[in-house]
Amino acid sequence: MKANKPVFKTLSQPNTSKVHISKVNASKIKLALLTAVTVSLSACSSLGVEPWERDLLAKKEMALTSSPVDAALDDHIYFSKEASSGGKSFGGGGCGCN
Amino acid sequence: MNKLNKTSKKTNKKSNIKAALSLATSALLGTGVLSAGVAQATEADEWQFDSAFLIYSEVDRVSATEAIIAGTKTFANDEILSLKLTIDALTGASANGAVAQPNAQTFTRPSGNGQYVTPAGETPLDDTFHDTRVQLNAQWTQPLADNITGSVGGHFSKEYDYLSLGVNGNLAYDFNKKNTTVSMGLSYFQDTFTPEGGIPKPHSSMLVGDSSSPEWDAEFAKTRIGDSDDKSTADILVGITQVINRRMITAFNYSYSMVDGYLTDPFKVVSVLNNEGLAQDYIYESRPDSRVKQSTFMQAKYNFDDSLLNTVADVSYRYMWDDWGINSHTIDTRFTIPVGATSYIEPHIRFYQQSEADFYQPYIIDDQAPIGFVSADYRIGEMTAITIGAKYGVVLNGGNELSFRLEYYRQTPTNAGFTDPNALNGQDIYPVVEAIIAQVSYSF
Repeated sequence: MKANKPVFKTLSQPNTSKVHISKVNASKIKLALLTAVTVSLSACSSLGVEPWERDLLAKKEMALTSSPVDAALDDHIYFSKEASSGGKSFGGGGCGCN
Repeated sequence: MNKLNKTSKKTNKKSNIKAALSLATSALLGTGVLSAGVAQATEADEWQFDSAFLIYSEVDRVSATEAIIAGTKTFANDEILSLKLTIDALTGASANGAVAQPNAQTFTRPSGNGQYVTPAGETPLDDTFHDTRVQLNAQWTQPLADNITGSVGGHFSKEYDYLSLGVNGNLAYDFNKKNTTVSMGLSYFQDTFTPEGGIPKPHSSMLVGDSSSPEWDAEFAKTRIGDSDDKSTADILVGITQVINRRMITAFNYSYSMVDGYLTDPFKVVSVLNNEGLAQDYIYESRPDSRVKQSTFMQAKYNFDDSLLNTVADVSYRYMWDDWGINSHTIDTRFTIPVGATSYIEPHIRFYQQSEADFYQPYIIDDQAPIGFVSADYRIGEMTAITIGAKYGVVLNGGNELSFRLEYYRQTPTNAGFTDPNALNGQDIYPVVEAIIAQVSYSF
């Protein structure tokens, strides 16, 4: 419980420093994200398999969309019931359900 | 012998159905002559069909049935043609946006013909909701160069009051021994909405009274601004997929979507309450005529070894945000667990959470009359939703697959910080919506 105290103190500092902290955090997060993306992209060349190692990846259940029909039905349901759509594929229009 | 004969007869019958469907599809496309030679050349060139029948049923609200048949044909040179026909029918009641009250409430149907009464203490639902929709999709995919695949597609969807036309194009580039794929896609939809009763005038009061009186039609027309309106949607999607190792593949997408035009729901109203919380009026909602949505999506699939029953785990996360002030998180997980040599069971859990649009309000208080955009549609309000279910699939003789899916979907709208006036005490302003999703699929 004691360890929590300094955190509360930091939060109760004046607004201006909060803004400052969040700006620093935002740029730190951006930098971290950029680094992560760059590292993962440059690491791409060392990742992967040889063509003869694709036995498991070639299975239908390992496809990114293993059941396109289920995916289409789900997209239609959630498009009409929620404020979000797409992401995995196009989230376009298509019905008057929303 | 008899048994053998029976089996072969059955197989013949099945391939006859498939042949007939293939022929019908070719005839529809006018590709019969073109593909006939190729189709006879090898077995691999046959059409592959996926079909499904789904029932979506909400407790006391909307019920929908949807049927899909999708055919895919791979030609020589890895050219792929996919066609899909979707038919769905909707019936039942849908929330009209107004809040529950301690007394009964009367509303006019969207068409202007007749009224319906919501009993005291109940969420107002418009039970005239019904529609049938036919949708056609076609997609052509082919290699354009050594490591480049191109794809173009078209979309047509027609309902009684809605028409949607769409086109899309995609390019994918493989490198690093096809372990990495970067892709980019564009899609454009043009929709026309011709709602029953026309387009209501935003902020105008719902006319309630005797719809058989001679003045009714003229009075009702004053609350309308037209018969139909349009909406266009342009999407850009960029993605990267990466094979990590023999057991794992990942994907990362970013999408940008611009929607312009009529984004208001013509069937939704907002309750105008006095300071005590009693409804004085119902006004038609009003939304901005543009919306920019962005999302990031990431997915990982992992094939576990024997120790975990060779299960395939599929985990994805989507973060969506838009210029209406809505942001959402979606986590979707599926585990495909083999059962014996020919069947599998697939538990599914999906969690969804969204914040409310800036202009969302569950109701309006009389003295803060609406000036700008306003909507009480819970679908753009704060909410969480969860889906839990499972699918069972079995591979039959000849490689055809039959599967059953049963899921439970529960939406829990939440209060985004509004303080309710007294008369709403004890009323359910954010009612839970529950639904069952049942589906049978057959691939042949």
